[in-house]
Amino acid sequence: MNEDAYKNIFLTMLRIRQTEEKIVSVYAEQNMRTPTHLSIGQEAVAAAVCQALEPQDQVFVSHRCHAAYLARGGCLDAFFAELCGRVTGSSRGRAGSAHLSSVEKHVFASPILGAMIPVAVGAALSFFMDRLPKIAVVFFGDAAVEEGVFSESLNFAVLKKLPVLFVCENNLYSTHSPLSVRQPPSPIYERIRVPELLSRQTDGNDAVRLYQTVSDLIPRVRQGDGPAFLECLTYRIREHVGPLFDYDRGYRSQEEVESWMERCPIQRLQEFITGQGIMTQDEIEEKRKEWSGQAEASYQKALKSPWPEGNTLLENVY
Amino acid sequence: MRTLSYKDAISEALVQAMDNDPDIFIFGLGVDDYKGIFGTTREAYRRFGPERVFDTPASEGALMGITLGAAVNGKRPVMVHARNDFMFLALDQLLNNAAKWKYVYAGKTSVPCLVRGIVGKGWGQGVTHSQNIQAVCAHVPGLHVAVPSSPYLAKGLILQALQTDGPVVILESRALYDTVGPVSEEMYTFDFGKAHVCRRGKDVTVVATSLMVPEALKAAGILEAHGIDLEIIDPVSLQPMDERTIIESVKKTGHLICVDNDWLRCGFSAEVAAVVADQAFGSLKKPVKRIGWAFSPCPVSKTLEDRFYPSCQNIIETVLHLLDRDVPYNKECALTTDTFLGPY
Repeated sequence: MNEDAYKNIFLTMLRIRQTEEKIVSVYAEQNMRTPTHLSIGQEAVAAAVCQALEPQDQVFVSHRCHAAYLARGGCLDAFFAELCGRVTGSSRGRAGSAHLSSVEKHVFASPILGAMIPVAVGAALSFFMDRLPKIAVVFFGDAAVEEGVFSESLNFAVLKKLPVLFVCENNLYSTHSPLSVRQPPSPIYERIRVPELLSRQTDGNDAVRLYQTVSDLIPRVRQGDGPAFLECLTYRIREHVGPLFDYDRGYRSQEEVESWMERCPIQRLQEFITGQGIMTQDEIEEKRKEWSGQAEASYQKALKSPWPEGNTLLENVY
Repeated sequence: MRTLSYKDAISEALVQAMDNDPDIFIFGLGVDDYKGIFGTTREAYRRFGPERVFDTPASEGALMGITLGAAVNGKRPVMVHARNDFMFLALDQLLNNAAKWKYVYAGKTSVPCLVRGIVGKGWGQGVTHSQNIQAVCAHVPGLHVAVPSSPYLAKGLILQALQTDGPVVILESRALYDTVGPVSEEMYTFDFGKAHVCRRGKDVTVVATSLMVPEALKAAGILEAHGIDLEIIDPVSLQPMDERTIIESVKKTGHLICVDNDWLRCGFSAEVAAVVADQAFGSLKKPVKRIGWAFSPCPVSKTLEDRFYPSCQNIIETVLHLLDRDVPYNKECALTTDTFLGPY
C-alpha cells in the first residue's frame, strides 16, 4: 500500500476544503465579486486523480475548478487574489473563479459546458504526435456529456487512440436540474461505452478506490492503449453557484444532502488514514488549522494587493 | 397605467400568449426550477405545468434543431438560454437552418419560434457570461432580432414574437430585470422594425440600445438643465431595422451618437453609422460618435470591469464634445448605479 499517496491525497482534500470554507465564511463581505462554484463534497475526485499524474501532464476543467487548481499545486495567494480581482491573481484579475487556471501548473478552466473536452483531446493529439509520455485529463460534470462536443471529442480520441483521461464528476444535478430529467437511467459509463474505450465507474467519494482505479487506468492511457473514461459518483453539498446551502429550495431534499454529508470523502479517508496509522487525529487537526490559517492569510494578503491598473484593460487583446 | 418589472412583464407576456395559443411551449435548462430563469418562467410553469414548460439536457445545438423540427410541424417553441453566451453552441442550427428555412423552401414552410437569451452584466460575470450575441444574429438574413430596453417593450416584443411567422431572437439584459415601468394588462404587440422614440429633442440624436437607453435618458435629464436637448431613439429591433426614424432624426439634429450594449467593431453601432453616412451624410455637422464596450473580453476585476462598460457620463462627455460645450454637471450623478450583488 502506498501510504505517501493516501497521505498526500488526504492533505490535498483537506486543503481544498479549508480553502473553500474560507470562501464560504467571507463571501458575503463582497470582496470576491465573482460567481463561485464550490467543490465542497467533491474533493476526492481532483485530489485522487491528480495524485496519479506527473507534473508535466495537462489538466482541463469546467466551472467547478477550484479543486483541480489546488490539487495540482496552484498558488494559494494567486487563488485568493484572483477571486478578489487583484493584479496578483493567477490571471491578473481577468478570469475570476469560473476560469481559475494555473498556466504554470498546466491547469486550464472554462465554465462553458463541455468547452474543455475537445481541448484536452487536442492536447493529447499533440503529445501523441510528438511522442511525449504525457497525458491530458479533463474534468467535467454529468451535464457536459449531453453536449454534442462530448460525443465528437470521444469519437476522435478513440479513433486516434489518444492519451486522454475523461473524468466525469457525476454530482446528480446540472444547476438545479436532476440527472433523471436530462438523461436515461442507464449509467453514463455504460451508455458511452465502445469496445475501444476503457470505461469505468467508481465511488467518487471514496478516495482510496478512486486512487486505485486511476492508478490502473492512467498508466494504460500513458503507454498508448488509448483514452479512458471514468465516471465518479459524487455530490455537491453547497448551492450550484454561491456559498450557501439550498435544500430549502425544493429541488432536492435536506435528507438527500445530509445523506451525502454522511458520505463526506474527507471523513471517510480520515478514518482510513487514522485506522492505518498513517496520521494521528492530532496531526490531522494540526493540518486542518494550518490550511485554514493559510487560507485566511492568503485572503488577507489578497485584500492588501493592488488592483489592476485601468490602462491595462486592453492587454493581451490582438 | 399599472407598473411592472421587466422580468414580470416577460412572464406576463409568456403566460398570456400561452393562454391564447396551446401550441406554445417553453423549454431550456432550468426553466422549471425554483428560480425559473430569474422569475420569467415560474408563472408559466405554475399555470401550464411540465407538459408545456420543461427542463432539458444541456444540449444547446441539438435543442435548437429540435425547436425547428417542432416549429415546422405547427408547434411554437420558446427556447431559453439563461446566458446568451450559450447560444454560441446553437449557432449552427440557428444560422444554417433556422435563418434559411423559409427562403430555401421558397416560402412554402416556415419555423415560427422564439429564442430568448439573457445578456449578463457586472459582479464579475467574466469573459464568457457577459457577451452579447446580437451582432452575429443580426448579420445573417432570415432572423428577427430584438433587444428590449423596458418592461413595456419586453412584453410587446414577446407577444409579437409569438405571432410572427419565422424565427425570432430576443436578447434581454440581466441588468434591466428589476427595472420597473408602465405596462398595460392587455395583450399588445410591438412591431419588429419599428424604433421607439424615447425622448424628443433638437440638438443631438442619441441612438441607444437595451440597457444603454436608461443611461441615455439619464444623460438627457442632466443636460436638459444646461439647455441641451437630446433626442433618444431606441431601435428596439436590430433586424429588421427602422432606418427612417434614425435618418429623420439626424436630419433634424445634425448629430449622431450611437450607444450600444456591445463591442463596437463590426457591431450594430457601425451599422447605424453606415446607414446615416449613406442616407444623411449632408445633414451631419460633425463626425458620428460611437460608445460601447472596451475592445477586450469582459474582465472580472472591478476596477477593470468599471472601465469596460460605458456609462451616462460617457454620453454626456460625447454630447459636450460634439456641441463644443463645457458645462458644470454633477459627475457623481452620471455614474451608473450598480445594485447587483451577485452572484449570477
